[in-house]
Amino acid sequence: MTGARAARTTIALKLGMAVSGFIFLGFVLAHMYGNLKAFAGQEAFNEYAHHLRELGEPMLPHEGALWIIRLGLILSLVVHVACAVALWRRAARARTTRYVVKKNTGVTRASLMMRWGGVTIFVFLVWHLLNFTIGKVNPQGGATDDPYLLMVDTFEVWWMTVIYLVAMLALGAHLHHGIWSAAQTLGWTGTAAKRQRAKTFGFVVALIVSVGFSLVPLAVLAGIITK
Amino acid sequence: MNLTLKIWRQPDASSAGAMHTYELSDVSPDMSFLEMLDVLNEQLNEKGEEPIAFDSDCREGICGTCGLMINGDAHGPEVTTTCQLHMRSFKDGETITIEPWRSDAFPVVKDLIVDRSAFDRIIQQGGYISVNTGSAPEAHSVPVPRDDALRAFNVATCIGCGACVAACPNGSASLFMGAKITHLGELPQGQPERDTRVVNMVAQHDHEGFGGCTNIGACTAACPKEIPLDVISQLNKDLRTAIKHGH
Amino acid sequence: MSHDSHDMDMPDTVTSTEASASGSLDGDYDDAAGYYTPGAPLFDTKAPDVPIAERWQTRKFEARLVNPANRRKLSIIIVGTGLAGASAAATLGEAGYRVKSFCYQDSPRRAHSIAAQGGINAAKNYKEDGDSVHRLFYDTVKGGDYRSRESNVYRLAEVSTNIIDQCVAQGVPFAREYGGLLDNRSFGGVQVSRTFYARGQTGQQLLIGAYQALERQVAAGTVETFTRHEMLELITVDGKARGIVARDMVTGAIETHLADVVVLASGGYGNVFYLSTNAMGCNVTAAWRAHRKGAFMANPCYTQIHPTCIPVSGSHQSKLTLMSESLRNDGRIWVPKNQADCDKDPREIPEEDRDYYLERIYPSFGNLVPRDIASRAAKNVCDEGRGVGPEVDGVRRGVYLDFSAAIERLGKKGITEKYDNLFDMYERITGENPFEVPMRIYPAVHYVMGGLWVDYDLQSTIPGLFVTGEANFSDHGANRLGASALMQGLADGYFVLPHTIRDYLADGPFEEITEDHPAVVEARESVKSRIDHFLSVNGTRSVDSYHRELGNIMWEYCGMERTETGLKKAIDLIRSLKDDFYRNVKVLGSAETLNQSLEKAGRVADFFELGELMCIDALNRRESCGGHFRGESQTEDGEALRHDDEYAYVAAWEWAGEDSIPVLHKEDLVYTAIEMKQRSYK
Ligand SMILES: Cc1cc2nc3c(=O)[nH]c(=O)nc-3n(C[C@H](O)[C@H](O)[C@H](O)COP(=O)(O)OP(=O)(O)OC[C@H]3O[C@@H](n4cnc5c(N)ncnc54)[C@H](O)[C@@H]3O)c2cc1C
Ligand code: HEM
Ligand code: SF4
Ligand code: FES
Repeated sequence: MTGARAARTTIALKLGMAVSGFIFLGFVLAHMYGNLKAFAGQEAFNEYAHHLRELGEPMLPHEGALWIIRLGLILSLVVHVACAVALWRRAARARTTRYVVKKNTGVTRASLMMRWGGVTIFVFLVWHLLNFTIGKVNPQGGATDDPYLLMVDTFEVWWMTVIYLVAMLALGAHLHHGIWSAAQTLGWTGTAAKRQRAKTFGFVVALIVSVGFSLVPLAVLAGIITK
Repeated sequence: MNLTLKIWRQPDASSAGAMHTYELSDVSPDMSFLEMLDVLNEQLNEKGEEPIAFDSDCREGICGTCGLMINGDAHGPEVTTTCQLHMRSFKDGETITIEPWRSDAFPVVKDLIVDRSAFDRIIQQGGYISVNTGSAPEAHSVPVPRDDALRAFNVATCIGCGACVAACPNGSASLFMGAKITHLGELPQGQPERDTRVVNMVAQHDHEGFGGCTNIGACTAACPKEIPLDVISQLNKDLRTAIKHGH
Repeated sequence: MSHDSHDMDMPDTVTSTEASASGSLDGDYDDAAGYYTPGAPLFDTKAPDVPIAERWQTRKFEARLVNPANRRKLSIIIVGTGLAGASAAATLGEAGYRVKSFCYQDSPRRAHSIAAQGGINAAKNYKEDGDSVHRLFYDTVKGGDYRSRESNVYRLAEVSTNIIDQCVAQGVPFAREYGGLLDNRSFGGVQVSRTFYARGQTGQQLLIGAYQALERQVAAGTVETFTRHEMLELITVDGKARGIVARDMVTGAIETHLADVVVLASGGYGNVFYLSTNAMGCNVTAAWRAHRKGAFMANPCYTQIHPTCIPVSGSHQSKLTLMSESLRNDGRIWVPKNQADCDKDPREIPEEDRDYYLERIYPSFGNLVPRDIASRAAKNVCDEGRGVGPEVDGVRRGVYLDFSAAIERLGKKGITEKYDNLFDMYERITGENPFEVPMRIYPAVHYVMGGLWVDYDLQSTIPGLFVTGEANFSDHGANRLGASALMQGLADGYFVLPHTIRDYLADGPFEEITEDHPAVVEARESVKSRIDHFLSVNGTRSVDSYHRELGNIMWEYCGMERTETGLKKAIDLIRSLKDDFYRNVKVLGSAETLNQSLEKAGRVADFFELGELMCIDALNRRESCGGHFRGESQTEDGEALRHDDEYAYVAAWEWAGEDSIPVLHKEDLVYTAIEMKQRSYK
């Protein structure tokens, strides 16, 4: 069957990564918007967190929409990581004898960091979920049922903020290459001008995301956002 | 100028290889890189040591036979083929590391020579327009917009040297394949087989053991013919379209 | 004028006068007496005896057909994957024959046809400028200085139009006009625009088209490719070609490949000169081995020398690069008047100390004199010691091609638009910026018109051995017009051979031959013993050093100008160098692996024998025609002088054995559709 043939190619894997990556991107942007609510104060922030759970009601049960989103994200994560691993393994097999000297002329650092950067994000993700969603660990031992307080307590600890910032740096780098790469994978960059536009767009979005996410923890550390 | 050369030597495909160091003096900056190796080979022959095997034929940058990894850059520091690289691009006293293309789809044959027949097999899977000799319609029966013809030409200049694969951290041949897909896909004559062409060529590419592309761009930077990354976008798009059409 | 037409010929500075002007020998010369034995005259018996315009149609009709069901049982070996070989392999594969295709490169796509730059001619008359099959025919015969066979040339012109259709359908991206139709340019000194081109890479695009058609047949199972395989011997059984012995250049295995018919499309032998614009691997071995088995070699001395190549930069030089001749449209050629100025910065040599020698000697045409005149003039000034550029082996071989006047006139931008990539290429190779320092150029061997003799069917004197492309002699006479070699290669492979070969194959099925047939064993053993010999000599000199020395001899005495004394001297030098080679060459490594010195040794050994024959052929032909200039046959002002009464024949040489002199067979050239005229550049 030819249908399976096209879908089994490395390009199909890449298409999977691009689509799942864009789903992530959508989530990340929404998430960042939510985080920035912290600047509007405890009430607005918690209202937003609460609202997320009520989304779609009464058509959907409580937390229904949230779970749909979560399932979508989990599925995307599985696809994204599975494809990434498959491509990684193929690449490793494609060159089993390494060069003694190898330069990467004309290549961005971000593009070379996708895999380890991805792993970094993944590890952070686990930590992050433990911290805020599943485990709800408050490093200062304070409240865990109030999202705003949990957040402020967390980022008041300097090394928590550092972990977070490093992760955002990794995310930024990942998106810097990832966004343009996804556009290329989807075949949207058929001319030099379009390619340049996609690259610029990727860079700008990556910057917005990493700065956007970093503002809140930095503001907490700087005492701008307080309990 | 005087040079220290570190060169990969490997007696044949099944034996292990290693880097060897040679000193070469009185190199003229006007020599081409391969002429420099010719001179080294003359000296080795004189000493009773077997000359270093490396590939070249036209020595004017068009046949795609030559190709060496020079100090970590495919075809060396300039945007050109190895045969068109000249010693004036190097400094007196420099150490130059010379390795064969490294790709498991391009096994080493001997010393610096690799087997690139995987490229031919990719072409066999659809890198053509099926038209038997004598069955072609009058050339002017199908006008081709000038810009399309120009784009087709620009990417058809690929010389099949394999530098893109050699440079790619993933060992992917997507630039080579994309160039062919774009060349034929840009022309009206190439339309009937467009879907099957891309599916079969990509399947063969994967089957040969080339890696998948992650759009790093090392290929285009190494390509002596400056084939742009657009062709990979085109390749991806054509494959996506083929999936949509149920292939 | 387009700037990227590297192979641009000069505008035709040739006018014609009546044949009576052609010189006549005032004595009976036989310069080559003692170097050859006269043989029986030779005839082409295949061209039907009908008016020229009907010959090909008639022949196609008369050539017998092979039942499609039987084709699968018939096998064809094709040596060469250039335009001539790849196109034939693809077409015969499509027809259903079993084809084996050989090349010495690692992929069929790398054959030297890939390097052709300028374009391909075809009598499409798309410009409605008076072109026609007859005009293309006429131009080609005239360009060949009336030394080609008219039937073949007419057919070439006739099928030229089909080539363009075929290539366009394959996706060859020819240059197009805004309306989407194909663009043409004027080329090769003709007054019509009939040259199709793909920027400066026409050969590449045409070859890739043929290569793709070939690979398609590989996938279809009709063609099997043998890359990195070098043909080292022809197998003949009962006088017929039945196969080849080839060496797998990777494993060293000596393989026997048997078939019903063998096609040689192995390209030209310009590398006998060591330095040429040919690829490193171009060789005469395939053709020469066939010659030794009975195929006649025709007009081997006809060599085309291109005046505008980048000069040699040192003794390390391995090949030469062609620059478009169109550069002569804007550049002025000069050398210093005084030898003392030769190593000075050219910009510091004042105007009055420069010798614009072409403008001086040929005031009416100046820098635009035809190729051979420009080439010879450059050699002469360098021989006088007034050459420029680096001294190689004690002589400076280069002349200035100065654009300063043109830069002043057109501006740097104008020049860039016109010649952009040429200026870049020149700078990349020489490291000098031609906008600041005048370019240096020197002539180089570019193409050989000579080759194996073939009849109208492209069959050699060995039945079952066909020869196509540059490897045969048939279409270009004593000089090839620009953009006509590509046309010939594809005409032969796509449209001629597939028709003529079937007439031979219709005799099949042929007697079954096995690998232990005595003739096969003998061929294989001779290859092995040759290889063993090269590896066992263990002398002191590398193969390349012999090749370089042979090249020097050929260039010096059998190059742009040939004389009786020079040629005789060359023959002696070649013979003793060849002797020394067999006794003193040093080839290291083993026969069982890839061994480039060993490959070269076999090729150079054959070049010695070819070189000698070229000199004998040149010695015999005491006339100047096309690319062959005999010092003894020129007008008072150095113009080539042809002798139609004596030499209007094809010189076809037969190998008479290792210790014998060759036999000369003459095929008289008869023109029925065209009148012989003497060229004059005045
Ligand atoms: C720099 C340059 C520019 C040119 N520009 C033009 C131009 O603009 N227009 C034009 O019409 N012509 C041009 N020519 C001439 C033209 O390119 C050639 O004459 C023509 O391409 C020859 O084609 P071919 O198929 O006969 O041989 P080639 O293309 O030379 O192919 C020879 C084939 O034979 C194989 N072979 C040879 N020996 C052996 C062996 N012993 N065993 C196995 N395989 C063997 C090789 O592997 C190769 O596949 C140019 C030539 C040069 C050098
Ligand atoms: C919020 C999280 C993430 C986002 C927004 C994201 C986004 C993207 C995007 C848009 C791409 C480009 C896809 C393409 O080129 O077609 C990509 C590629 C990639 N991602 Fe992620 N990703 C995320 C998390 C991860 C994780 C957790 C991993 C780890 C295992 C990972 C590993 C990779 C790899 C290896 C690539 C391949 C590089 C490439 O294709 O260019 N990503 N990502
Ligand atoms: S795309 Fe460029 S680097 Fe790759 S094979 Fe073609 S010419 Fe070489
Ligand atoms: S040898 Fe032909 S491209 Fe370098």
